Amino acid sequence: MLLKGKAHRFGDDVNTDYIISGRHKFKTLDMDELACHVMEDLDPEFYGRCQEGDFIVAGKNFGCGSSREQAPLALKHAGVAGVLAGSFARIYFRNSINNGLPAIVCDTTEIEDGDELEIDLEAGMVRDVTKGIELASSPLPKVMLDILSEGGLVEYMSRHGSLKVS
Amino acid sequence: MGRTISEKILGSHSGTAARAGDIVVAELDFMMAQDGTAPLAIRSYEGMKGGAPAHPERVALCIDHNAPSPLRSVSELHALMRSFAGEHGLELNDVGEGVCHQVMLDKAHVVPGSLVIGADSHTCTYGAVNAFATGVGSTDMAAGMLSGALWFRVPETMKVTVSGKLPEGVSAKDIALMMVGDITADGATYMALEIGGDTITALDLDGRLTISNLAVEMGAKAGLMEADDKTLEFFEGRTTASFESVSPDADARYAREIAYDVSGLEPQIARPHQVDNVCAVGEVAGVPVAEGLIGTCTNGRIEDLRSAAAVLGGRKVAAGVRLIVAPASREVMLEALREGLIEIFTEAGAAVMCPGCASCVGTHQGVPGDGENVISTANRNFKGRMGNPEAFIYLASPTTVAASCIEGKITDPREYLP
Ligand code: SF4
Repeated sequence: MLLKGKAHRFGDDVNTDYIISGRHKFKTLDMDELACHVMEDLDPEFYGRCQEGDFIVAGKNFGCGSSREQAPLALKHAGVAGVLAGSFARIYFRNSINNGLPAIVCDTTEIEDGDELEIDLEAGMVRDVTKGIELASSPLPKVMLDILSEGGLVEYMSRHGSLKVS
Repeated sequence: MGRTISEKILGSHSGTAARAGDIVVAELDFMMAQDGTAPLAIRSYEGMKGGAPAHPERVALCIDHNAPSPLRSVSELHALMRSFAGEHGLELNDVGEGVCHQVMLDKAHVVPGSLVIGADSHTCTYGAVNAFATGVGSTDMAAGMLSGALWFRVPETMKVTVSGKLPEGVSAKDIALMMVGDITADGATYMALEIGGDTITALDLDGRLTISNLAVEMGAKAGLMEADDKTLEFFEGRTTASFESVSPDADARYAREIAYDVSGLEPQIARPHQVDNVCAVGEVAGVPVAEGLIGTCTNGRIEDLRSAAAVLGGRKVAAGVRLIVAPASREVMLEALREGLIEIFTEAGAAVMCPGCASCVGTHQGVPGDGENVISTANRNFKGRMGNPEAFIYLASPTTVAASCIEGKITDPREYLP
């Protein structure tokens, strides 16, 4: 599966309070409503600029902080097709995969805001089309690829009823 | 080659010879979700279309983050939790029972050697009682409720040894902040911490829980400690369940080892807007504060309230400062009442809140104003954390918060030593 979209650049340590603030997330289960507030404490214009299929590109420790699953869900509902980061906080990483939102670990230092990206998940390859460079990404454990390929953990569990690692 | 606590607990719960880096599916002893994560877990659970939970007696839901509810929409989510718990025979800890993590401990749902998940990042707190406990999201919680098991990557372990006698006026929170400042916000990502040493042994259980609570602020998956007599004493009378505590082998393999000597440690503080932005309290002494918070799953236990009361007793909170005190659980609240601590706080001018998360996460009760500085005993000071991105949050020990609220500015608590 080849994903194509534009990069929206953020820095290190983007925590889940920045992705979706607690003052919004406790109020509702309506993810489209939450999506309007995604990243607003860092960049109030983000939701308006983000196009369906775009990527968030960040530095290290993306998604640190609370376990709120609304973080990857709100990103997904805002049209984000995946997040690329130098590293992810572990709960966010699980939540992202569990909700079918790819989380790609790679060296993001060269990617700039607005760059056109192409991502091949199975091959673990990230291409910055604007810069003409390729970046290798760390492969996901098989259990995570299985969950992603089913569309998320809800779909996986409804089909299989329990988890299998081999 | 010997094994770490994580390898042993994940191994025994998955029936494998688990080693760091392995992926295992492990049987869960207990699982918990709170009102910020349970509604979504319920929705995910229903999406999995699987019928009854595998072990309803191993599940608890807690209403603590927005308790009592500040909004009609939140009340509807609480109602959803109550009806789901009723339908499936799950324990529901309603408004006033306390912060989920303290309730899990008070009710001994977590015991040494157990494997526990919580849909809350500070689930790592129970590492202090020798449980492998880690935070997950709502959908993982749903999969855990449905099947009774979850997949884990067995983490590498960082061994942290803390030694030396803590100076007067310096507490477990200061050790925890010092560690976060040194290890940094992502220095232990994906790893488990094994925390020990003579300083840890000398701490009471409440202090140990404070340190494990901050493990996730270093990115860690768990903040494990060995069980000792103090641990066993805590569980005496709380549970009849049998359990076996787990120690690492002497030749266990560690990804990294760090040692700290805390005999010269000064009171520590985390400055806005990152938990690892730590310095000695003295460096920011004099910064004005508008609000103080004593409580949360980090520092809302009885020892914390006792130490704060020792500073506040016979004194008054400065004019223009509001001090909010929220005991971590009903049990803590009752003990504080019996000991007269609630009277001390109230006479000092503090506002005592319902046991629960109170102002910690900015959804109700105590949202700071624009440009205000807050000094809090919590574990996070991210921009907007307490509900206002224009406020500035400092994190410190209960005594530092108490002393600062008396002075109206950040104050080294050693000036108030009895
Ligand atoms: S007290 Fe604060 S950190 Fe602890 S569980 Fe509640 S909101 Fe989270």
